[in-house]
Amino acid sequence: MQGLEVRGLSKRFGGLTVSEDIDFDLMPGDRKALIGPNGAGKSTFSNLVTGILTPTSGTIRFDGSDIGRLNEAQRVRLGIAKTFQITTLFRDLTVRENLRLPILERERRGFGFIGRANGHTAIEAEVDDLLGQFALGGLADRKVADLAYGQQRLVELALTLALKPRVLILDEPAAGVPSSETHLIVDAIERLPEDLAVLIIEHDMDLVFRVARQIVVLVQGRILTEGTPEDIAADAQVRELYLGGGHD
Amino acid sequence: MKSWGPPLLLLILAVVLYFALPFNLAFLTRILIMVVLVLSLDLVLGYAGIATLGQAALYGAGAYAAGLFAIHVWADPVAGLFVGAGAGAMLAFVSGLVLMRTQGLTLIMLSIAVASICLEIANKARDVTGGADGLRGIRMEPVLGLFAFDFIGKTGFWYALAVVAVVFVVLALLSRAPLGLSLRGIHESPERMAAIGVSVYWRRITAYTIGGGIAGIAGALSAQITQLVSLESFSFTLSAEALIMLILGGTGRLYGAVLGTLIFMFVHHWAAANDPFNWLFVIGALVLAVVFFLPKGVISAPPAITRLLKGGRHAGS
Ligand SMILES: Nc1ncnc2c1ncn2[C@@H]1O[C@H](COP(=O)(O)OP(=O)(O)OP(=O)(O)O)[C@@H](O)[C@H]1O
Ligand SMILES: [Mg+2]
Repeated sequence: MQGLEVRGLSKRFGGLTVSEDIDFDLMPGDRKALIGPNGAGKSTFSNLVTGILTPTSGTIRFDGSDIGRLNEAQRVRLGIAKTFQITTLFRDLTVRENLRLPILERERRGFGFIGRANGHTAIEAEVDDLLGQFALGGLADRKVADLAYGQQRLVELALTLALKPRVLILDEPAAGVPSSETHLIVDAIERLPEDLAVLIIEHDMDLVFRVARQIVVLVQGRILTEGTPEDIAADAQVRELYLGGGHD
Repeated sequence: MKSWGPPLLLLILAVVLYFALPFNLAFLTRILIMVVLVLSLDLVLGYAGIATLGQAALYGAGAYAAGLFAIHVWADPVAGLFVGAGAGAMLAFVSGLVLMRTQGLTLIMLSIAVASICLEIANKARDVTGGADGLRGIRMEPVLGLFAFDFIGKTGFWYALAVVAVVFVVLALLSRAPLGLSLRGIHESPERMAAIGVSVYWRRITAYTIGGGIAGIAGALSAQITQLVSLESFSFTLSAEALIMLILGGTGRLYGAVLGTLIFMFVHHWAAANDPFNWLFVIGALVLAVVFFLPKGVISAPPAITRLLKGGRHAGS
């Protein structure tokens, strides 16, 4: 079977259950959104899938094989990549270097100690291509630390796509981005390769309804309900949840 | 090529010093050996961000290995350098398997522990290492079969300078290569590195092992040129001084390591000669001044001064 298959996934931190018996599928071409109040366990779920955290119980399969024992780096090399809720980049490196690094690693050249890091024509062309795609060309030689937060979010998206992932998890890609710039993020998501499996964790409902074709609602570590955007918009429980507070 | 300018200037400076201080060749050679050690620390700490205080362990391993190799196997200097590099790299790799799982204070404490264990072993194994008397009886053959070591230390100086140049060029090339970029990446953000599919652990072990090899070369040089290996090679003082030199000069730029070593060694030499009791005070004041006014090391002085002249808008940034 293709894609990601999560069964009975649970995670406890001491006495606190943050993920409880989650069943979840993500297939090539999917555009799923994971929504839920603060502290519902969305980031934890993404960290369990990407291998940053180890589940207390449950299984995670990718393309039919169990990846539960693989560490984060090994899962990335299989094609499962994510962006962080809080931008995580190489702040002292330039935008160009930030994009070059993942491509070098993807091409298994990271241990290379002969020749220059910027000496591979094909890789440099790919970097230029990504820069163009995200309209970052003018910032290519600036340090990431000197960019506006919205621009950094774009760099992180570009960097993650540079890995050519097959499963992409975006943890609140628009968080901290000024609303005048969210369209850049939405545009970038809409332009993602069609066969990529995409999971978007997001509080911004406009964004969710624009890009998601299925929505999963997580509350206190459990899946409350899931369905099409229309189903979810009409769901009484979800309306209760979002009108009854708990969300900012 | 602009980036080769500063190291070239330093090379010229070394030659000038050779002719300016002909009676201090042993001291100048000592500086060159320390430069190799501090360069190795710059790779490990400055580039890869591995905070260790045990670089002397790797230096000492290289020194004893090269010394013993010269006494018992073959007294060829260049072969001895390879043996020293191998010993330093091996110790770094083996200890790195444990050390590189840790960070911060734990890593610092463990790296100190490795060096003191080495010191204890060298102290106890008198029959092999000479214990507290040091390893004696090292008689080197001529370098490349051509240049015999002399009493004044001319050969020692040129030999050490050649090794410094080779190590510098190798590190400069490495820092521009994909591996160098990935080490900076690990320094910047291990989380992001893991998230692009890199085993941070093995990458850190790689950096530490290469650094160990270079520290081992420094130790081997010292053993061959001074014809003596003492327990001091493993001392905490040596690790700490190397770290101070690197911080003085500035991390992650290679020639910062060279500059820091030069300044430290000259100030040390001058202060100890003028006031054998209070020279530590002078060094301390110097370090404080640099850390306070030039947190990125002496190497950042030109840009810092430019900034000051332009109105000092971003002081300290
Ligand atoms: N390492 C940890 N140790 C203990 N508790 C944790 C840990 N990580 C997360 N938690 C707790 O797990 C719960 C879920 O956190 P998580 O970050 O997954 O929520 P979230 O849905 O992503 O929230 P947000 O919308 O604010 O990002 C929170 O109560 C949090 O305090
Ligand atoms: Mg979260």
